[in-house]
Amino acid sequence: MAQNNIDRIKDHVELFHQEEYQELFAGKKEFEGGHDPDLIAQTAEWTKTWEYREKNFAREALTVNPAKACQPLGAILAAVGFEGTLPFVHGSQGCVAYFRSHFTRHFKEPFSAVSSSMTEDAAVFGGQNNMIEGLANSYSLYQPKMIAVCTTCMAEVIGDDLQAFITNAKAAGSVPQEFPVPFAHTPSFVGSHITGYDNMIKGILGNLTKGQKAETTNGKINLIPGFETYIGNLREIKRIASLVGVDYTLLADNSDYLDSPNDGEYHMYQGGTTLEDAADSINAEATIAFQAYSTVKTRDYIEKDWKQPTSVVRPMGIRGTDEFLIKLSALTGKPIPKELEEERGRAVDALTDSQAWLHGKRMALYGDPDLVIGLVQFLLEIGAEPVHIVVTNSNADFEKELQALLDTSPFGAGATIWGGKDLWHLRSLLFTEPVDLLIGNSYGKYLWRDTHTPLVRIGYPIFDRHHLHRYATYGYTGAINLLNWIVNTLLDELDRNTIVPSKTDISYDLIR
Amino acid sequence: MTPPELSTLEETTPEETLTIADKKELIAEVLEAYPDKAKKKRAKHLNVFEEGKSDCGVKSNIKSVPGSMTTRGCAYAGSKGVVWGPIKDMIHISHGPVGCGYYSWSGRRNYYIGTTGIDSFGTMQFTSDFQERDIVFGGDKKLSKLITELDELFPLNRGVSIQSECPIGLIGDDIEAVAKKSAKEIGKTVVPVRCEGFRGVSQSLGHHIANDAVRDWVFPQYDKEKKAGNVPDGTEYDVAIIGDYNIGGDAWSSRILLEEIGLRVVAQWSGDGTLHEMINTPSVKLNLVHCYRSMNYISRHMEETYGIPWLEYNFFGPTQIAESLRTIAARFDETIQAKAEEVIAKYEAQTEAVIAKFRPRLEGKTVALMVGGLRPRHVVPAFYDLGMRLIGTGYEFGHNDDYKRTTHYVEDGTLIYDDVSAFEFEEFIKELKPDLVASGIKEKYVFQKMALPFRQMHSWDYSGPYHGYDGFAIFARDMDLALNSPTWSLIGAPWKKAAETTA
Repeated sequence: MAQNNIDRIKDHVELFHQEEYQELFAGKKEFEGGHDPDLIAQTAEWTKTWEYREKNFAREALTVNPAKACQPLGAILAAVGFEGTLPFVHGSQGCVAYFRSHFTRHFKEPFSAVSSSMTEDAAVFGGQNNMIEGLANSYSLYQPKMIAVCTTCMAEVIGDDLQAFITNAKAAGSVPQEFPVPFAHTPSFVGSHITGYDNMIKGILGNLTKGQKAETTNGKINLIPGFETYIGNLREIKRIASLVGVDYTLLADNSDYLDSPNDGEYHMYQGGTTLEDAADSINAEATIAFQAYSTVKTRDYIEKDWKQPTSVVRPMGIRGTDEFLIKLSALTGKPIPKELEEERGRAVDALTDSQAWLHGKRMALYGDPDLVIGLVQFLLEIGAEPVHIVVTNSNADFEKELQALLDTSPFGAGATIWGGKDLWHLRSLLFTEPVDLLIGNSYGKYLWRDTHTPLVRIGYPIFDRHHLHRYATYGYTGAINLLNWIVNTLLDELDRNTIVPSKTDISYDLIR
Repeated sequence: MTPPELSTLEETTPEETLTIADKKELIAEVLEAYPDKAKKKRAKHLNVFEEGKSDCGVKSNIKSVPGSMTTRGCAYAGSKGVVWGPIKDMIHISHGPVGCGYYSWSGRRNYYIGTTGIDSFGTMQFTSDFQERDIVFGGDKKLSKLITELDELFPLNRGVSIQSECPIGLIGDDIEAVAKKSAKEIGKTVVPVRCEGFRGVSQSLGHHIANDAVRDWVFPQYDKEKKAGNVPDGTEYDVAIIGDYNIGGDAWSSRILLEEIGLRVVAQWSGDGTLHEMINTPSVKLNLVHCYRSMNYISRHMEETYGIPWLEYNFFGPTQIAESLRTIAARFDETIQAKAEEVIAKYEAQTEAVIAKFRPRLEGKTVALMVGGLRPRHVVPAFYDLGMRLIGTGYEFGHNDDYKRTTHYVEDGTLIYDDVSAFEFEEFIKELKPDLVASGIKEKYVFQKMALPFRQMHSWDYSGPYHGYDGFAIFARDMDLALNSPTWSLIGAPWKKAAETTA
């Protein structure tokens, strides 16, 4: 009998491996019209070959398992970094259900966003009525301090004009005239989620800072995280800035929103950068962005409209963090505190402790452009060798920058940047030119299964492991976290490969 | 091991003290937060069920109120995500920009057996990744080329479906023409599906459109084969499982019971299903429909066109399982009927053990549900079997016929909410204080922050199966572990609690 032990109820993990279900599976095959098992096996083998790889890389129209999402996802992540802000997505409503589910599965937190729920009639007549009604309803129900509007591809294809619609909605009394409703057009057929982040941050800052330019600076430094999914990074940035004694504004800070305490009460809006601070960001001394390719337009806008210097640092690994501290110190004239120097020393100590297990290890990695640059910085520092670097949402500037980074180190000599490629391409790369370790998001587990390349989960989304997003990958603390995940995954794999008694377990060492 | 009983869960819930009039008052209060126009619209979707009424007294399957934070998805989600996606040996192209396919990639736990990427494709994401030029110049050429490429790279695919995203219908692409041409070229089934996300008011229209695509692009192949005399005569006991998506293996823990009573399950729609099974379905003697909402269309079509009767059944909880097995068996001869009794008897000990263990731990606990188009009524008897009480339920995308069917499952005074907004749901739950909320991922952490035990009722919270006798044991275990977790008692700092008591 299937559930034969009431104290050990079997779910899908075990239940279906019992005899009665195995028989059921065998019986079902009769009706499936499946292929001959030998043909399946042969075909599976063929997909591992160079011949298949060439065919795979020759495709021009088909994308399989891409490592990128679309613009509005990034836009609403930007929006929830501001105090009391409700993201409002103008267009079809299914998109919002998808975005909310996606973030919720990653962060294991509530994520609120509304849709203007456009349907066929809006496709014909435009979505202005949906905007007017939607703003009125969301303003009444959810009492936000700001509503940040972006678009789905439906609204973009039919050419809805957000500026005009919002003006008209205000005229119709949906929200008060002075109520901030920044917006960004975020077509999903242009760029990716990181483009959407850029557009929304620019839209929000442009709206809030209007008329706020003062005669003198406020002495602060603006810090823009980019499409950041590590809450630990936001907290680490703030901690470092506080330690150095920098007066800063994080634009924007979604750390409390995406990691709120459970005190028995649900609050839709948690923390966030105040609208006052955001408005005053125009008067800062300078802006530092931690990602380049999710802040291209925003930085350009800050440079040109605010006449404020901007720079990009990626505080990943030792030198990346060094650069951040030096930058902070240079901008503020404050010395780098001893505490951080000691942290640096401890992180470097950790790296030297583990270096023997990392040296010359061949790595494959994929992710967003800035994440990949940060990881490559780190890998080169520890003597690992990036081999396959896949970035689906790549661009020419990024590839140039990454190549220059790879060229700085002999450990980067064996790397190829595969811009615009997807995870099915990476599968071919891993079969034909195997590596020791794969770094990527949860979707990397399919590559792990197929190619047996051990996976370190770093990136977005991470659905199948808990709490990794709570950690930092930035700063010296982050360097230790990265090191911990990477070296211990390699050591776990080593144990797995030496675990057969009287066969491989000669190397099943206690001390490593 | 049995975890310790907890004292933190209240013995009685406020809900019990509320009359129907109180609950109607609650609805009115909650509606006050809306502007007038929206208030008027939403008022029609909220009600309290009164015993003896023939329906729940709510309007449904109407456009969501803009800005209300509906939980609903879109037609694409209904077609690609629900109906077509699980057909494992076909490649389902998310045709349009990259997002829709990305967000729905591997999200739904439609289990299947097969070698992914070789003869099965369920947990993969195939997309035409539209760029601006595709919007401007149209995507038909790209689509046609893409199908050629995927057939070369995945030669064991049995066919292709084209799942339209919003732009396709707006830019005037002719995917039907591409489908016909490509089908000839690769010599396989190519199904165009017009499930653009802006069509209709929810996932529901996507189900309908997907059903129609099966009718128009798959069944003609059956007709052709039948005419040519290539369809073998089935047995008297041939049935199909319709509307089981095999979440966590649900269809398997259902199929095993149907096989045990002597039926021959020829096809599974669509969890762990194949194109071949789909094509052969019109040869069955009876269609067994689990998810009525998403598959009633094709069932009715098969009834009208092929004379195949269909029967709704419910495999949640032993009471309904036994009743369903008997109802199904009654459509067949005495052998099947006798076997149905044997099967019911066979699982009796297992079920009794489950109830003996878990019912005392769950007895009297209240639950509020909000799911898609079937479970807001279908899972209720499983809760009843465990001694739990339903105090509120509603559908994301149910229709009037669903609310009519719901009346057989709910008690007098149950709060009914259709297409509930985040605001309404939160307010209702705050007031009714159920012991357990059972809904979706978007709701889960809202209520867990409110210190309320929660189970996802779409994905089974990564557990399952919940169908059938084997599934019921898992269901009972999971409700217990949600309700009786010691973690809930940690919420709230003790010094704060102490301060509150003395204040």
